[in-house]
Formats: sequence, structure tokens, C-alpha cells
Amino acid sequence: MVRSFFGFIGRRGFEFTAVFENFFKEISGLYNLTRATLYCTFIEPFRGKPIKWRPVWTQMEEVGVKSTTIVFLVSFLIGVILAFQSAHQLSRLGALEFVGALVGVAILRELGPLMTALVMAGRVGAAFTAELGTMKVSDEILALEIMALNPVKFLITPRFIALLIMLPCLTIMADLMGILGGFLIGTTTLGIDPVTYVNNSLDAMVVKDVVTGLVKSAVFAVIIVMVGSYMAFIIEGGAEMVGQNTRSAVVVSMILVIIADLVFTSLFFFVT
Amino acid sequence: MIRVNNLRKSFGEDDKRITVLEDFNAHMEKGQITSIIGGSGSGKSTILKLLIGAYRPDSGEIWIDGEEVSQLKDEAISRVRKKFGTMFQTGALFNSLTVEDNVALPMREHTNLNEGTILIMVKMKLEMVGLRGAEHLKPAQLSGGMIKRIALARAIALDPKIVFYDEPSAGLDPISIGVIDKLIIDLSKKMGITSVVVTHEIPSAMRISDKIIMLFKGEIIAEGTPEEIRKSDDPRVIQFIEGSPDGPIPFSKSLTDYGDELKEMSRV
Repeated sequence: MVRSFFGFIGRRGFEFTAVFENFFKEISGLYNLTRATLYCTFIEPFRGKPIKWRPVWTQMEEVGVKSTTIVFLVSFLIGVILAFQSAHQLSRLGALEFVGALVGVAILRELGPLMTALVMAGRVGAAFTAELGTMKVSDEILALEIMALNPVKFLITPRFIALLIMLPCLTIMADLMGILGGFLIGTTTLGIDPVTYVNNSLDAMVVKDVVTGLVKSAVFAVIIVMVGSYMAFIIEGGAEMVGQNTRSAVVVSMILVIIADLVFTSLFFFVT
Repeated sequence: MIRVNNLRKSFGEDDKRITVLEDFNAHMEKGQITSIIGGSGSGKSTILKLLIGAYRPDSGEIWIDGEEVSQLKDEAISRVRKKFGTMFQTGALFNSLTVEDNVALPMREHTNLNEGTILIMVKMKLEMVGLRGAEHLKPAQLSGGMIKRIALARAIALDPKIVFYDEPSAGLDPISIGVIDKLIIDLSKKMGITSVVVTHEIPSAMRISDKIIMLFKGEIIAEGTPEEIRKSDDPRVIQFIEGSPDGPIPFSKSLTDYGDELKEMSRV
């Protein structure tokens, strides 16, 4: 449609028509796959085709339990770094004891969900694309279709449910670890009184911060799974394309996660 | 069982369009083995992909078990697909699953049998292909011939009426080819399965087929029993059967003249 429009006004052959066309093709492909996944996950089970839970458990272990170490480490260190960085500025204002408040709010609202999603985009998104892409290349996905099994339901739905549950869980743990990191540095190196630290933190943090963080992380989960799976399903050819698309899956899902974060943050900023 | 009428398929767009199949007609009888043979690029794999519904034809009809299937959508095509099994060229076994889970997969997904019954059925299918005892191996631990036999066990897991074989003997040693051939014949004769075999192994096709369809550049150049094919006086058929490099089927796939192209290059 885009092409015929430009052809009509006599500018056919310009490169950007192809770029546009590709862009819209990708967007609509991603949209269709997401719609199919949502249908298989939330609607089909109520039409007499229940979800098989065993692959879901396997995936939850794979994407959730096995990611705890790296998520813990990253968020703990972020808490530590944040405490150090803010201490200097805050002490110039004579507000050193508010380090806890700053670390807590920053982690809960922003850094916890965002860093967890970025780490998972690299760890899990790449694994999805590489695994499903290899299946696509070796005709396994075609075999599923020919055996009258829906590849979306069979391959994407378990991963989708697993990450949709595990990413918010990991985010909560990352929040706790980040706050713990800040607390340890605040009370030892910076010498803030633990009780003051905790009180100031609790004063600044509200439940709404946690909830918005969790809402965001659920959206991030959808982005990571859908981009990872879509990039795998469009692979044609061989090993080279698997590598290329794995890379683009990670890049694209990281960018989309940040954009989604911006959208949500501005939404919360203006609406509330 | 399977009837194909005026099938046409081309790939690419506009000026780069390449017609792979032009007016293909065929009839595969119930309980018989029909082989589609031809060199690479003759369109035989395309026919298989059209039959199993991986591609859609540009025009024409495909009748499977009394039903026109080429334009069916989602639910309906799933229903038809449960009637046939497909053995892929590379096996296409699921690498993350064991042999047992691979063969059990269609039964677990499409039937309401309990787990114990399924495991017994899996054992029966594996015994049929002579690989009972390999249940707990992963596909990566199997040889090429074993992978094809497991793929065959999976293809017949739901006791289909039709089995499609994509290059069942490509890349196998002579004994494995013999084993696969015997399995195909047994399935067809003992269980009345209609078989469609796409292959370029002439000796194997001659051994197993009730009917051979030979393709060249998307057109049928010979059709009949192995005996009729062997007696054919079409030079293209003779060349293919003898595997001779000289004949009407050219060795070079290039479209332009070699000399002209070299002259063109030296001018630059």
C-alpha cells in the first residue's frame, strides 16, 4: 500500500519507500505474533484447550531461577554505586542522611525494573532467539506446523507466561537487593545512623512506586519475549541469520524497553 | 487418495518471478507407493511442500482423502494434517526432547490417551523401526540413519492414512537405505498406508515404487510403473536413470554463455 502510494505520486524507486515498507512489515509482523500469543495464552485455555504447565515450569526455572544470581549482583552493585554517587552531592547540601531516600526511590521507581529488564533482554531474549531460530533453520518449526501443532502455543506461550511471572518477581528481588546495597554502604562507609537511614527511606518510598515498577516490568516481559520470538520466526536461511537476528533481538528489545520506560514514566509523571 | 489438478507455483515478485511448477497433475492411489523423482531444481520438493500445506499454490487443486485442501485455513488445515505423517529430509526431530518424547509428542497433543498407553505405543512404533531401546537418547546422539528411522516412527505415531517422505534415503549408507526402503514397503503393504516419496535415489525408487513420476524443470516427463520407466526411450529419462553427465539435461545451470561472460569481464 505504501509502495503504491509513492508510485502514484511518481517517486517510485526512492530507497526510503523500501525502508518504510520494511518497517511497517516488521511492526505488523510483531503485532500479529503478539496477538496470536495473547490469544493462545489467555483465550484458548477457556475454549477447551488447556495450557500444559510442565514446559511453563521448565521455562520459569530457566528464565527465573537461573537468572537470580546475575540480577542480584547487578542490582546490589547499583544500590552501592548509587549510594556512593549521591552521598557526595547530598553532603554538600548537608542532607547526607537522605541518601537512603534517594537510593530507595530511584531503585523502586526506575533502576530496579529497568536494569532487571535490560539484563534479562541480554540473557533470556538472546537465548530465545538463538534457540527458536535454530529450530526454525532445522525445519523443527515447520515440523510442528505439519504435525498440526501451533508453534506459537507450543513454543512461545510457555516462555511468555514464564517471563510474565518471573520478571516482576525478579524485579521485587532486585529492588530489595538494591536497597540493601545502599543500606550497607550508607550505614558503614558513609556512617549514617541505621535507624535514621531506614526512617528516611520509608518516609520517601510509597507503595505506588513498587506497583508502577511491577506494571512496567510486566510490559518489559512482553517486549522481551515477543521481540525475541519474532526475530527467531522470521529467520530464513542458515546459521548466519541466527547470529544476526539474535543480535538484533537484543538490540531491538533493549531499545523498546527504554522507550516503553519513557512512555510509562511520563504517563505516571503527568497523570499522577 | 490424493489427486492433484493443474497445480501451478512460482516464487519471487514481478520481473524476478520464477515458475517452479507449471500445470502439475498427479494421482496417488490408496495403499500404493508413489515416487516423485527428478534432479535438483526440478520442483519435486516444492510439490511435497504444496501437498503438506507448507506452501500455497498459485492455482490448482489438491484433493486429499476427498477434500480440497489447498485453500483451507487454520483449524481446517490442522484437521487435515492429523490424517498424514511427514518424514522430513533432515528428520526435524526436536533436539531438546528425547527420542521417546519426540515420538510421543503427537499422541500427547492430539489424543486423550493416558501416559502409560502412550509409552506402550511409543515402544511399539520404535520396535517397528527397529530402534527399541533408544528411548532415552537425544537426537544429537543418533546417527543419520537412526534419526530418519525415529522421524519415521514419529510420522506414523498417529497411525496416519498417508505418509510423505522427503528424501528418505539422502545421505545414508546402502544398508540404511535398504532398511528405510523395507520400512516404507512394510508400512504401505501391511498397514495400507498411502506413501508419497520424493527422492533422487533411482535404485531405491525403482525398488519400492508402485508408480514413478519423473519431473524435469517443473514438468512431468515420464509417469508409470518402474518397469515402464526403465523401458522409456525419452533421452532425458534414460540420462537420469543412468546418471550420465552427458545428455539433454545440461551439466551447467548458467543461463548466459561462458565465452561471452569472460569477454565481458576482460573488457572492464
